[in-house]
Amino acid sequence: MKSSAFRQTITLVKKDILLELRQKYAFYGILLYIISTVFVINLMVSKPEEKIWNALFWVVQLFVAVNAIAKSFLQENRGRLLYFYSLVHPRSFIVAKLIYNIILMCVMTLITIVCCMMFLGNPVTSFLYFMGVSLLGGISLSLLFTMLAAIAAQANQNAALMAIMGFPIMLPLLMLLSNIAKSSFITVYQPGLPKMFLMLGSMDILIIALSLVLFPFLWKD
Amino acid sequence: MAKHWWKALTVLILVYVIIRGFTIEIPIIGTNGQSSRGLFFHVPMWMCMYTMFTISVVNSVLYLAKYDLRRDVYASAAANVGVFYGILGFATGTLWATYTWGGSFTSDPKQMLTAVALMIYMAYLVLRLSIPDIDKRARISAVFNVFAFALLIPLTYIIPRMVDSLHPGSATTPGFASSDTDNHMKEVLYPAFIGWVLLSVWIYTLLVRYKKLELKNIFK
Repeated sequence: MKSSAFRQTITLVKKDILLELRQKYAFYGILLYIISTVFVINLMVSKPEEKIWNALFWVVQLFVAVNAIAKSFLQENRGRLLYFYSLVHPRSFIVAKLIYNIILMCVMTLITIVCCMMFLGNPVTSFLYFMGVSLLGGISLSLLFTMLAAIAAQANQNAALMAIMGFPIMLPLLMLLSNIAKSSFITVYQPGLPKMFLMLGSMDILIIALSLVLFPFLWKD
Repeated sequence: MAKHWWKALTVLILVYVIIRGFTIEIPIIGTNGQSSRGLFFHVPMWMCMYTMFTISVVNSVLYLAKYDLRRDVYASAAANVGVFYGILGFATGTLWATYTWGGSFTSDPKQMLTAVALMIYMAYLVLRLSIPDIDKRARISAVFNVFAFALLIPLTYIIPRMVDSLHPGSATTPGFASSDTDNHMKEVLYPAFIGWVLLSVWIYTLLVRYKKLELKNIFK
């Protein structure tokens, strides 16, 4: 039973990736979105200083996450959801969505970093640290928005609803991330740094646990 | 009539709290001056909010277990009253901060995170409004309510105690209890807890009755 649930999950992730590779619709849509956003920022402020750079980067990251992940449930129509319902356990379905969105968001994060560095200058001094933090941030955002997209998809596929539910929750997450990322611009002494990583990690675990417990209830229709 | 004795008790306790709260001799702590009296009105608001949100999340979990629409009515009524008390608590705290911290909205972590937690619950109320179908609304909002409560506790209770905050009772700022040597403040504060919580339960029962009347075709 355990192995079959595992195999179901892998198959669902593969199916999502295959769909994405065939359609390339979400990927190029978001790519264009990232480039135009960063380019507009470049036209407005050209080369911002570190603090502004950091803030703008996380705002871009947030909107990319909302746009990328809203699609993951919105593209499934009712008939197809019903089909999955008859085939797989809801828990393997949500785990598959989480994994797929993490992969998608990691790719998007790397693209966002490259775009930001190309258009807005490069104030980052310790690159690997910053990349690690941004990937961690991308993963956290994708976990959170997957759960919210699942709720929004049940409520008449309403994307505005996702914004209303999502923004208060991601506020502390983004504050935490931008504080952690500060160390990669200038060598500052941040005494609470391990504690902040711990908080971020526990928040991620909380969200994963909640999605696993709560998603089967959303699924029943 | 026998069932309503606690409502009379609520009124008596609150009259006592308001009169004693404004007249009792209190210790002058640092720059607080007489603004410490806000304690009798500010802290109980949070007790009420936590009580209501706990009632709300318990009913949401029970709804998900049994799918009884009555539970959904209890959960939504409690969340409404909880948000109301949260706004009152935020307002009294902001008033106090204006005169002691020197600004209504400082970037203090406790104040900010509380605002975030309240916004999450407001999102819950908006979510309820956006789904017309009763059963679907009940199920989805119950799921979101559990999600919101799981975030409420770390946001308002755990993180503010770990980081530096100007708020009394946080990591670096002592609370008022140590300065209250002759226990005058406790004389009012403990009855205030009971009185305000009873009042919130009273409002909650009224709201439940109103909502049940709205849906009386379903409940019979």
